[in-house]
Amino acid sequence: MARIAGVDLPKNKRVVIGLTTIFGIGIPTSQRILAKAGISEDKKVSQLTDDEVNHIRNEISNEIKVEGALKSEVAMNIKRLMDIGTYRGKRHRKGLPLRGQRTRTNARTRKGKKKTVAGKKKAAAKK
Amino acid sequence: MSRSLKKGPYLDFGLIEKIEKLNTQKQKKVIKTWSRSCTITPDFVGHTFAVHNGNKFIPVYVSENMVGHKLGEFSHTRTFRAHSGQRKEEKAGGK
Repeated sequence: MARIAGVDLPKNKRVVIGLTTIFGIGIPTSQRILAKAGISEDKKVSQLTDDEVNHIRNEISNEIKVEGALKSEVAMNIKRLMDIGTYRGKRHRKGLPLRGQRTRTNARTRKGKKKTVAGKKKAAAKK
Repeated sequence: MSRSLKKGPYLDFGLIEKIEKLNTQKQKKVIKTWSRSCTITPDFVGHTFAVHNGNKFIPVYVSENMVGHKLGEFSHTRTFRAHSGQRKEEKAGGK
């Protein structure tokens, strides 16, 4: 049972991959942490000893922000942009893309699911 | 170090000169400027700039956490009025 930073790691995956379930850790970070802790990347999560888990835990807490702390940092950054009245802040508030992408079409990731606007007669009849 | 970091921030030196003058005189005056791409340095804090948005000058009071942004970021160039159908929808949908 390996529980790191408030997240249960999947048991039957390699450690490198398992660590990436933690928010804030991707594959490169995961590799770096394991190298520092001196643990083979190919080990399965279920085979980790308590000692090794502690090693990993220490490395993570010393090196990087993960999970809640990281999420709140991101939220703070966005809030800062909104508070000082930047263009990017306004785009965040409106839920539109920030980096000058087109919004006439696409931009669905930011705008969410299509909201059909009843247009002229034909479009309205089609429902 | 990325290339953009190596090159350093873009500063409008004419504008900087003006600010220095104001700083030495301990004066606060609104500075009209067209240089939207000028990065805000710590010297700018406390001054008010009238930043051109292509149509008119928008007053921007520079506070501490604006440092590192560009003047143009605070002077919006587009006005968005609601879409033509929106008002009707609001009445009908109640949202």
